[in-house]
Amino acid sequence: MSKAMGEVLLEANAVAKHFGGVKALRDVSLTIRRGEVYGLIGPNGAGKTTFFNCMTGLYVPDGGGFMFNGAPLIADAPHQAAERGIARTFQNIRLFGNMTALENVMVGRHVRTRAGVVGAMLHTPATRNEEAAIRQRAIDLLHYVRIEDRAEDLAKNLSYGDQRRLEIARALATEPSLLCLDEPAAGMNATETEALRELIEGIRRDGTTILLIEHDVKLVMGLCDRVAVLDYGALVIEDVPAVVQKDQRVIEAYLGA
Amino acid sequence: MMKWLSPRSALGIALITVALVALPFVAAMGGQAWVRILNFAILYAFLALGLNIVVGLAGLLDLGYIAFYAVGAYTWALLASPHFGLHWPIWAILPFGAALACIAGVVLGSPTLKLRGDYLAIVTLGFGEIVRIFMNNLNAPVNITNGAQGITLIDPVKFGDFSFSGTSQILGISLSGPQKYYYLLVALAILVIIVNVRLQNSRIGRAWQAIREDEIAAKAIGINTRNLKLLAFAMGASFGGIAGGIFSAMQGFVSPESFSLIESVMILAMVVLGGMGHIPGVILGAVLLTILPEVLRYAVGPVQTAIFGKVLVDPESLRMLIFGLALVLVMRFKPAGLWPSPERKRELAVKPQEVAP
Repeated sequence: MSKAMGEVLLEANAVAKHFGGVKALRDVSLTIRRGEVYGLIGPNGAGKTTFFNCMTGLYVPDGGGFMFNGAPLIADAPHQAAERGIARTFQNIRLFGNMTALENVMVGRHVRTRAGVVGAMLHTPATRNEEAAIRQRAIDLLHYVRIEDRAEDLAKNLSYGDQRRLEIARALATEPSLLCLDEPAAGMNATETEALRELIEGIRRDGTTILLIEHDVKLVMGLCDRVAVLDYGALVIEDVPAVVQKDQRVIEAYLGA
Repeated sequence: MMKWLSPRSALGIALITVALVALPFVAAMGGQAWVRILNFAILYAFLALGLNIVVGLAGLLDLGYIAFYAVGAYTWALLASPHFGLHWPIWAILPFGAALACIAGVVLGSPTLKLRGDYLAIVTLGFGEIVRIFMNNLNAPVNITNGAQGITLIDPVKFGDFSFSGTSQILGISLSGPQKYYYLLVALAILVIIVNVRLQNSRIGRAWQAIREDEIAAKAIGINTRNLKLLAFAMGASFGGIAGGIFSAMQGFVSPESFSLIESVMILAMVVLGGMGHIPGVILGAVLLTILPEVLRYAVGPVQTAIFGKVLVDPESLRMLIFGLALVLVMRFKPAGLWPSPERKRELAVKPQEVAP
């Protein structure tokens, strides 16, 4: 990594979003630093996924905006977010079901490769080399998330835990500097969650900053360097896990006053 | 890095080559009409493979595909017939026709980018009809397309002095016009198959399939869905344009009624019935759907006479009834198509897993 650890990677400035009368996000401001695992928690409907969608360009915020890597993120251009280095997974897994696991990861290389229609039709040496590199990188990534033996299976036929892993591998294929995981442990049993924790820690060690939305408080508190809590679309607190855990407002938000 | 073929696939290719070379002579034994039917089967395979890029790979349901065929056909008809007194050579018209069809594809594609499925189908259906109605009415105030009468005396395909119409002697073998066109069409079909295979297994082809599977996920990993959808429309349309040009030259006559909605529907049926997204399946679908109605045309009457001693039902209506029934039965018992891709077959065999919330 060329950039120093600890410097600001992503900055959200007063991001607001409403759907009709529902205020899903109320001026949320937070900063994610390079190299950390940043947790975003909150009760159901607190606005976590909405925040994600605003950041990755699927929604256009009604107010505020994001700075990423020192430059503003353009709203309403999801493919550019990936180009800039933000990759994400989805709460309800969104794989390319009728493509193989390997192909899913290969699609992830799209944004970092160049071959066009003419190159593909003429089968030029440059295209063939790039294609071989894409395939090799995809195989490596399947190894990385340990589902290499499912490479030729259709994504939709993978087990639930493997689908989650495949989605992470596909996101990593875009070479993100910020990897956003939307409830990766949802529906997982204790063993699977533990394996997921190891995977996330490995990704962090290899230098990718991670934004983690999660319900599993134990996982978040054990894994994250800093945690932000959302409730009714507003930021309650942003601090290290030890402080967040003891905060009265957080306890109220989760257990009800 | 060419891999050497295994003996088995080399033998397979040799057999297919022999069959492809011999086929027009076998068909000619039943009369030149059968060679023409064969030619149309290949032309439709070409069209179906063009549509397969749009529907099978990118998953964009296009019910107006015949419009691009019409654009290509009329381009050839106008630039190589006495209608305007123009007689452009093939190497100028075919690319020009493909380019015009490509532009038409982008024109259709751009307003429909946000539409999917049924909604897209309706818009493309409208587009197909608009093009046909244009061809029908562009004879006044300035006569461009000659309206419903169509354009006649269109030049055949010619390379230098070698014309594809009329009989000619090559290496002591006498070849009729349709037989010569057959070899031209086979060459073009092989070209479009290679392009299809290469596109399918390329970065662009994978991106199309990703859009087909899940557009939001495709966007999230950095695929510019707008540009890639336009590209799919443009590519599919170009193939339609080339096919149209050849059709025009082969028939020597075009009129708007060749480009009706039923033609679009038939080409889509070839793709779906053969096996969407699977190249051999699409070819099979095209060949069957072209030849079956013709076989029925010749068979329905005599079979009735043989069984009942007389013709009970009008052969023409019974023919389409049987044809329609065959389509229904195929879709009922082979929902993935007659020859689906191995992956899709597996998918339909294995029940999709219940995915937890």
